[in-house]
Amino acid sequence: MNAPTYNFAYLDEQTKRMIRRAILKAIAIPGYQVPFASREMPMPYGWGTGGVQVTAAILGPIDKLKVIDQGSDDTTNAISIRKFFEKTAGVAVTTSTGDATVIQTRHRIPEAMLQAHQVLVYQVPIPEPLRFLEPRETETRRMHALAEYGLMHVKLYEDIARFGHIATSYAYPVKVNARYVMDPSPTPKFDNPKMDNCAALQLFGAGREKRIYAIPPYTSVVSLDFEDHPFEPYKHKACCALCNAEDSYLDEIVTDNKGSRMFVCSDTDYCETRQSQGHRGSENAAPYAESANA
Amino acid sequence: MLDVTVNSIEMNTRSSASAEPLLVAANLGKSYGRLAACRDVSFGLYSGEVLAIVGESGSGKSTLLQMLSAQLAPTSGRVSYRMRDGVTRDLATMGEAERRFLFRTDWGFVHQDPAMGLRMAVSAGANVGERLMAVGQNHYGKIRDTATSWLERVEISPERIDDAPRTYSGGMRQRLQIARNLVTEPRLVFMDEPTGGLDVSVQARLLDMMRTLVSELGLSAIVVTHDLAVARLLSHRVMVMQGGRVIETGLTDQVLDDPREPYTQLLVSSILPA
Repeated sequence: MNAPTYNFAYLDEQTKRMIRRAILKAIAIPGYQVPFASREMPMPYGWGTGGVQVTAAILGPIDKLKVIDQGSDDTTNAISIRKFFEKTAGVAVTTSTGDATVIQTRHRIPEAMLQAHQVLVYQVPIPEPLRFLEPRETETRRMHALAEYGLMHVKLYEDIARFGHIATSYAYPVKVNARYVMDPSPTPKFDNPKMDNCAALQLFGAGREKRIYAIPPYTSVVSLDFEDHPFEPYKHKACCALCNAEDSYLDEIVTDNKGSRMFVCSDTDYCETRQSQGHRGSENAAPYAESANA
Repeated sequence: MLDVTVNSIEMNTRSSASAEPLLVAANLGKSYGRLAACRDVSFGLYSGEVLAIVGESGSGKSTLLQMLSAQLAPTSGRVSYRMRDGVTRDLATMGEAERRFLFRTDWGFVHQDPAMGLRMAVSAGANVGERLMAVGQNHYGKIRDTATSWLERVEISPERIDDAPRTYSGGMRQRLQIARNLVTEPRLVFMDEPTGGLDVSVQARLLDMMRTLVSELGLSAIVVTHDLAVARLLSHRVMVMQGGRVIETGLTDQVLDDPREPYTQLLVSSILPA
């Protein structure tokens, strides 16, 4: 059970209250980056210190936690954070998207539709969408305050001028609730449409940058684009080699030194669920086929 | 229209709208503690008129320009501007959002150093198109067409539309900066030493182009310069500053050919003969 030296979910109660205040403010102003007094966490920046603090602040004893990294439940980062909360909060953990009440994620939104009782917590490295165009924080804050977002289109313009299409494929800027332009963290733009009018609460925590922002349930989230170059979610032209899914976001895996590759679902829970339902892909034929080859 | 002097503020009260100045400065002053950078400057700028502010370094020219363009709050006095809807408003009473909107639509600001006015890392097309996107244009093809035509107007080959300005020469950068400012068809352009740091032949070409654009578009402009040749070529009226005060003002040829103040006489006589 709980390690006795820790408070429930690691952070002390005052810190959690401070983070909850920031979260409430973020929910009240969708897409607005609320500053908060980010704490040192027992992990390096870039490993999800922001997401962990948000999760710690909202977690209750009856919650069921799922942690994914690039869609996967079994990567180092996901396992570490899951174990961290198992140890410090003693909450139940799961890899099933449907069973979880709190899902902490890095880079992906689960394929399965999120429900109203769920909260999705994003780990965010750089919360400021205008950062690389305007390095001055004083200036970008003013631009947000005055809703001066012409600069965001300059970035998209540059993409088209250089590549012939909008080549930004992740951290694709969105406008939340027709007001604030927001960086959806480095999720692939494939996931952008899932943010729009989502039933679940979406919280974003950036630990190093000390910012929290949120998309309340059923809020409009529009990906920025041009009239003559509309937003298009990108996806590899393939289906999953393990579960044959055609609608999921795929990871490309190089399988040897001769350029062979396979595409598999980045969302491992989605892929495993489909396989258990009997879906088979090209690399995952039924066992008797393998024995026939041997 | 051109024979206005310092007293032109009083013309404010005239009934005819066209006779109203576009920009009025009244008793404008800026001091930093005991140091007065700029003292008691008053004038009216009319539509289609180009005013040159000349004087040596430290005479308060740039401070004045910053106050006129609402980038610096004056210690005393005020600046008012006739908006597109015909209402004259005090810049100090405007909200920041309004001021910034004015700054990137109805006004232009050409810096001496193009790196300050341009985004050096993004392409020329995006530099010109930024203001359009900022006022809500959302059609890539149209923005690009407008950018192309503006590059042609400032004599930059449209082939270079996708190159970043850091690959441009100094003269091209300055012309690009002008195109970027004029794309929203502003009515008033502020220029701070627009030809500074350029070689003579490039200066001549730039001045010629600016003169053409100003007359074609019916622009009003306030040009800060220490180069009397620029003032002579571009401006209708000249204000001579020394020690933060306006010491002489009048028609350009009048001031430059028949200077009244000893300091102006000194300035004019300091021009090197060609």
